[in-house]
Amino acid sequence: MSAAKPDARSVLEAAHELGWRLPPDLNDRITEAIYAESSEIAGRRVRRRGGSMRLAWQEALDRILTGRWTGIPAMVLLLGVVLWLTITGANYPSGMLAELLIDRWWHGLREVFAAMGAPGWLRGIVVDGMYLTTAWVVSVMLPPMAIFFPLFTILEDFGYLPRVAFNLDRMFKAAGAHGKQALTMSMGLGCNAAGVVACRIIDSPRERLIAIVTNNFALCNGRWPTQMLIASVFVGGLFPPALGGMAAAGAVMGVAGLGFALTWLASLVLSRTVLRGEASTFSLELPPYRPPNILRTFYTSIIDRTIFVLFRAVVFAMPAGAVIWLIGNVHVGGQSLAHWMVGALDAPAWWLGLNGVILVAYVVAIPANEIVIPTVLMLTALVTGQAGAGAGVMFEVEEADRFRQLLDAGGWTVLTGVCLMIFSLCHNPCSTTIYTIWRETRSLKWTVLATLMPFVPGIVLCGGIAALARALT
Amino acid sequence: MGGCGSCAASGCGTSGARIAGLTRLGLRPGAWDAVVGLAGNPNTGKSTVFNRLTGLRQHTGNWPGKTIARAEGGFGYRGRRYRLIDLPGTYSLLSASPDEEVARDFILFGRPDVVVVVVDATALERNLNLALQVLQITDRVVVCLNLMDEARALGIDVDVDGLAEDLGVPVVACVAREGAGMVALLDAIHGVSVGEVACRPRRLGLSVPGLTEALDRLTAMVAGAFGDLPQARWVALRLLHRDRRITEAVRTGEIARLGAGDGAAIGAGP
Repeated sequence: MSAAKPDARSVLEAAHELGWRLPPDLNDRITEAIYAESSEIAGRRVRRRGGSMRLAWQEALDRILTGRWTGIPAMVLLLGVVLWLTITGANYPSGMLAELLIDRWWHGLREVFAAMGAPGWLRGIVVDGMYLTTAWVVSVMLPPMAIFFPLFTILEDFGYLPRVAFNLDRMFKAAGAHGKQALTMSMGLGCNAAGVVACRIIDSPRERLIAIVTNNFALCNGRWPTQMLIASVFVGGLFPPALGGMAAAGAVMGVAGLGFALTWLASLVLSRTVLRGEASTFSLELPPYRPPNILRTFYTSIIDRTIFVLFRAVVFAMPAGAVIWLIGNVHVGGQSLAHWMVGALDAPAWWLGLNGVILVAYVVAIPANEIVIPTVLMLTALVTGQAGAGAGVMFEVEEADRFRQLLDAGGWTVLTGVCLMIFSLCHNPCSTTIYTIWRETRSLKWTVLATLMPFVPGIVLCGGIAALARALT
Repeated sequence: MGGCGSCAASGCGTSGARIAGLTRLGLRPGAWDAVVGLAGNPNTGKSTVFNRLTGLRQHTGNWPGKTIARAEGGFGYRGRRYRLIDLPGTYSLLSASPDEEVARDFILFGRPDVVVVVVDATALERNLNLALQVLQITDRVVVCLNLMDEARALGIDVDVDGLAEDLGVPVVACVAREGAGMVALLDAIHGVSVGEVACRPRRLGLSVPGLTEALDRLTAMVAGAFGDLPQARWVALRLLHRDRRITEAVRTGEIARLGAGDGAAIGAGP
């Protein structure tokens, strides 16, 4: 278009010249003209019939759900009910799946391999490594996801998410962050990679970076099952069975709340230091409450979310299973690699209230948070020598009780459980999220900051709690 | 296409999955005959309309800002193949947040054959702001008056034929969630894209002293520099506004693409 360039310049010069002679509020006048026109057409073509029942109850509902004093308690209550339903509802099907996939099929597969005369290492990698880890992922993750996601989708369809943003807006603003960050945070509750992409809805680059860097503090799909399982074993176990579920739900909510507090605090610190600036204003439309379309809800939550997340977990679990079996069975200097690694990490882990097994699991599970728990179980069985049929084979646990037995044997206490829950909230994002952050920011600096920053509260909180607990006992 | 409105009350659209003559092409439109853009305020059901027409399962949800990048799909109707683009929801085309820019750039430079503006029947006044802005840029517009069921439940009646008359483009009443009105919408898209339906979009009357003269002069210069652009007057107006994006497009010559080529030029360099 080089031929047009001189003309382009003269057009721009003319525009500049002519612009000076026009009233300075030209923009406002045109916007006003559009508004006036819209209002005139709408006035002519829209007729309203008397009061509507639906409008009345929508307003009544909004008075509670977005009320100054009732909004936040209602939000906590709703989340609590959703978590409680998930935790109590997932217990039974989890046990059934474990019995089917592990007690029956795993033993069956071992026999098939033995009958075929397959070499021991092959059976080890395929059956005791890849299959068993996958079976664990499915039985631990599927039931809570199949309950949690539909419930969450119903709330989303109903129109509740923007109300959450509305309720939290003032707090984000006080932290110097954008109110829409409440929406990107809610997306992060599903998947942090999706939450990071959603930050595109924030116009200001400064506020967008804050939202991206802090998104990891929203518990994602991969971490909800870890939270629920550990909470029901260690926190729920402290209470009589009737109250266990509620106590566990309360503990998970506490961690989710801690995540929000950390998001807020990190946003505040960032907006006072490296990302200094004022919060920009925006308008958020509160959509009408709509009756959720139940069929579509099930489709979206089961196919798009549950199966998608499960598929991703399985894809990562299979190679991870092979790696776990290998580090458990390759011996160097009279000890398996797993023993060496766990032994090396035991000391730093002790200061954090954790143990070496957990830290090794987090190294193995960098690709996906979903496989942390199966890895922990497998490594624990390996280190404690509990794995019936051979070292490196995950122990079979049908219910929380037997699950607990295994962890008790691994030296776990309530302190380990609590610290694991906090560490699960405060550690590096999964590799998919890290890659997404890089793609969205194109900046090594922000990617590294977003990856390492969560460890700061993680180390401080876990270390503090461990020190306090040990001082008190 | 005043007749589109008659579907409102009768609900002549199918509520089931099948629509006669419609082939959902999902993610693979292949070669297409026409490009259709879906614009609208946030949370008016653009993605639901998109899913209805393409058979895709773009995630939908009851909150504004859910579609952040544009999604693409295809469908065939009455022997023509269409490429459909779901744009992020925007309240206006005048400001320049990244999501609004995606929508505006597409309407301007994507050279859509038809722009479907999805409007929320329960909040017509606010939604018309965007529809009117789109009508300033392009002639070939179909207005999809969505969420008619909610409007009815709220006791709101919209005179669909009258609205079509005021805007000068087809207006189709729909309940996209149930599939109602989709046939009429497809007919309107088809009619506008093959030129059976002539649109005479409403243009704004601006009473700013000196503006008409300035606009006339600048429009002539834009047309002189870049050929006879259909949107020359709109471009001139945005230049007088000191719109950064449009100024930049004039400087680089990108603006000439408004007049040249066809829908296939999307994403191609100048």
